[in-house]
Amino acid sequence: MRLVLRGITKRFGSVVANDSISLTVEPGEIHCLLGENGAGKSTLMNVLYGLYKADEGEIELDGEVQHFTGPGDAMAAGIGMVHQHFMLIPVFTVAENVMLGNETIGFAGTLDLAEASKRVTEISERFGFHVNPDAVVEDLPVGVQQRVEIIKALSRDAELLVFDEPTAVLTPQETDELMDIMRQLKEAGKAIVFITHKLREVREVADRITVIRLGKVVGEADPKASNAELASMMVGRPVELVVHKDAATLGDDALVVKDLRVVDVAGHTQVDGLSFTIRAGEVLAVAGVQGNGQTELTEAILGLQDDVSGSINLDGVELVGRSTRKILDAGVGFIPEDRQVDGLVPGFTIAENLMLNRSFKSPFVRNGSLRIGALREFAQKKLTEYDVRARDIDSLAANLSGGNQQKVVVARELSRDLRLLVAAQPTRGVDVGSIEFIHKQIVATRDRGIPVLVVSTELDEVVALADRIMVLYRGKVVGIVAADTPRETLGLMMTGERPKDLKDVVA
Amino acid sequence: MSIATDLPTPESGGLAPDGAVTHGRGSGARKLPIVLGVLTLLLAGILLRSEPSGDTTFQLSTVTDFVTLPDIVVPSGPTAWLMVVICLGLTAEAVRRMLTRAGQPIWIPISFAIVWMIGFLSWAAAGDRIRVVSLLGGAVALAIPLVFGALGGVLGERAGVVNIAIEGQLLLGAFAAAVTASTTGSPWAGVAAAAVAGALVALILGLFAITYFVDQVIVGVVLNVLVVGLTNFLFRQVLTPNAESLNSPERLRAVPIPVLGDIPLIGPIFFRQTPLVYLLYVVVAVVAFALYRTRWGLRVRAVGEHPKAADTVGIKVNRTRYRTILLAGAIAGLGGAYFSLVSVAGFNREMTGGAGYIALAAVIFGKWDPIRATLAALLFGFATNLQGVLSAIGSPVPSQFMLMLPYLVTIFAVAGLVGRSRPPAADGVPYRQQ
Repeated sequence: MRLVLRGITKRFGSVVANDSISLTVEPGEIHCLLGENGAGKSTLMNVLYGLYKADEGEIELDGEVQHFTGPGDAMAAGIGMVHQHFMLIPVFTVAENVMLGNETIGFAGTLDLAEASKRVTEISERFGFHVNPDAVVEDLPVGVQQRVEIIKALSRDAELLVFDEPTAVLTPQETDELMDIMRQLKEAGKAIVFITHKLREVREVADRITVIRLGKVVGEADPKASNAELASMMVGRPVELVVHKDAATLGDDALVVKDLRVVDVAGHTQVDGLSFTIRAGEVLAVAGVQGNGQTELTEAILGLQDDVSGSINLDGVELVGRSTRKILDAGVGFIPEDRQVDGLVPGFTIAENLMLNRSFKSPFVRNGSLRIGALREFAQKKLTEYDVRARDIDSLAANLSGGNQQKVVVARELSRDLRLLVAAQPTRGVDVGSIEFIHKQIVATRDRGIPVLVVSTELDEVVALADRIMVLYRGKVVGIVAADTPRETLGLMMTGERPKDLKDVVA
Repeated sequence: MSIATDLPTPESGGLAPDGAVTHGRGSGARKLPIVLGVLTLLLAGILLRSEPSGDTTFQLSTVTDFVTLPDIVVPSGPTAWLMVVICLGLTAEAVRRMLTRAGQPIWIPISFAIVWMIGFLSWAAAGDRIRVVSLLGGAVALAIPLVFGALGGVLGERAGVVNIAIEGQLLLGAFAAAVTASTTGSPWAGVAAAAVAGALVALILGLFAITYFVDQVIVGVVLNVLVVGLTNFLFRQVLTPNAESLNSPERLRAVPIPVLGDIPLIGPIFFRQTPLVYLLYVVVAVVAFALYRTRWGLRVRAVGEHPKAADTVGIKVNRTRYRTILLAGAIAGLGGAYFSLVSVAGFNREMTGGAGYIALAAVIFGKWDPIRATLAALLFGFATNLQGVLSAIGSPVPSQFMLMLPYLVTIFAVAGLVGRSRPPAADGVPYRQQ
């Protein structure tokens, strides 16, 4: 199916998310939409899928102009979408998810689950997906859940498939498998739109690349272009893709974690006997696919988990069993993985957000009252220092872009005397410019002699920041390795396999 | 809904983790053994304070039964103490399971409840007789409106709309049933009117909660208060002066089902009821089947779990929600008819007396499942009836305490003994389309 988008414009209030975007996608082609977070790629695809209504412009499929009133119309027209946040119902089985909205029914509307299972198995076998139709979706690994999304689209005879940031949640191996699946679909004559900001992937599978910046098409790029060329096109200026850092000056053992075990509220052991040490002035980066105990590890350090055993020792002070406030007072800085949920109060101003970790005593509180003057002065200083692009310190956090929100969090956490910095997904959903900035701040923290624990699911980030890399799988350490360990080895370790000749590195 | 899915406990620091009751070392695992232990001690304490003497008779049959089952006569004191011992054993098992981190199977609280109740009744009715049929039959009778209400609640919440307005739906249903049955002379017209009235309350709830994104709990509570005010006003100003023509409906009569109704114990409890009750049996079965086995049910559950996902496959989320809560309201409204056409003939001020809130508790206790919610409603009906039966035989328990009993059971049931319970993920969350 041939897709033509002509002059699509979509505004949200005064923000123009898509500014007269035109695009053609041919059948049997993988067309990459490359752009930063917030460039308007997802908005464009949601317009195509009927989730948003375009203010201007038209969508044409095989020469016919379409008027979608909802996703149902788009699907009927042969468009399938694999959403970034899976549109699957966790408590339903695979078959139920696939049939939803397109049910095969018997007498009096009863579901024909056998028929649906058959269909899932059929598609699953045709493309080698290995998906069990009776499995409950929430029990499946994300990679498999994504295949369920693909099956869902294919079961409705989609001819055009849109993949919206599909690799964000995948291991390197799963990513490779997905690339294979996309090639297979292309062979089968499907048109594919692949949305991403990861350059490596683009260069691997794309037949054509369209780069979008700030809601506008800035041009087409050659799949053979170099990373640096693609990046500068995407960002609009030359960017440094590597983090420059000097060799670490290591101090004494600062954070010593021994046999840490965390059990979550559902009774599952999420962190299973972790032991590691971080020395002063060192960055230990935790690699692993999301959901392998990273969240629970960072939250255990911060005293946010209920059921923790083992020991977390910071400069001789035991943290397990202490309240979060005491742990913060012990000098732990924390950049949480989801700033929207744990990092900021969206309805607070920048200034108010900047004092969240010091809301009990000086410098911002005296005798139970806020010292507004001191706070404003501090906020003003940090706004400039951390290059937060906002109207002023009274802007609400909710109105900032992802990168600027994250800078507020980083500013708050780094503006104290720290003895440990825990940074979880420090640059998730942050623009390239801010990534550079935040990485520099993290390295500077390390250089001040502070131990840093970085958790990231982006292998690029792990490799860029780490002095040593700890790979987690199902709550256990697969290995602690040197920062220059080859990607393939790391990727393999992220699936739980430990290469035979691997040696743990002790700092 | 988040208000009562997992009551905050001191152990969890008052923060309810997303709707799931814990099984680990956290708060959840300790709840059951503690509750069982406290209840066992309570029973032992009662027995120590006033040792019962004489025999307790459990009468199992009514005179009209097929076969007459013999009465069971037991010595009160020893029986009660024997039950305390069994309760201790069950508590010990729960403690053992807590320590070994094994799950707490459902049979522990259920057998505990039965054993405890036998022990308690032996003591409370020492030297007297317990008519088991009237105890359980009365429980069913009292539970009927609760079951209707709970089904309405389950349906609404499965679609993602918290139906706090069950109380209002019951009350307006009762009012409409009485007035319509009186004016038309047909109790069945009254039943139909009750369903319409319930749906009407649901429509207002939907208008605010679905279309205008108002907080569903607040709208629900406001609707309840509104219906109380409205019916009180109309009762006083319109119904009371014209009681003859507007508030003297014909009562629905019990229609025993042949054969089934003659089975001892079960027959008189379940099959010598009014047609409204038989209708309830059908509704429970149909809702339970439809929710899990039909396209309609799949879509209802989908919009309650993940409305956006439902939207992306072309399901009209808000339309589905409207339809579901209208149906839910109609079912709850039917429960209202039971008050004014079966329990008594005629409407009275606030005659539902908080049944809607108990039904809401049954929804949670029943884990948003129609069958379990029905069982939960039966349990609450039992608690209410027990209070009536015990005060009738002049038990030593103060009547004020007995009046408190159903609510106490509700709190214990919802707080302690639910086990893992997860509400529909999008329960109470309005869906906005971009």
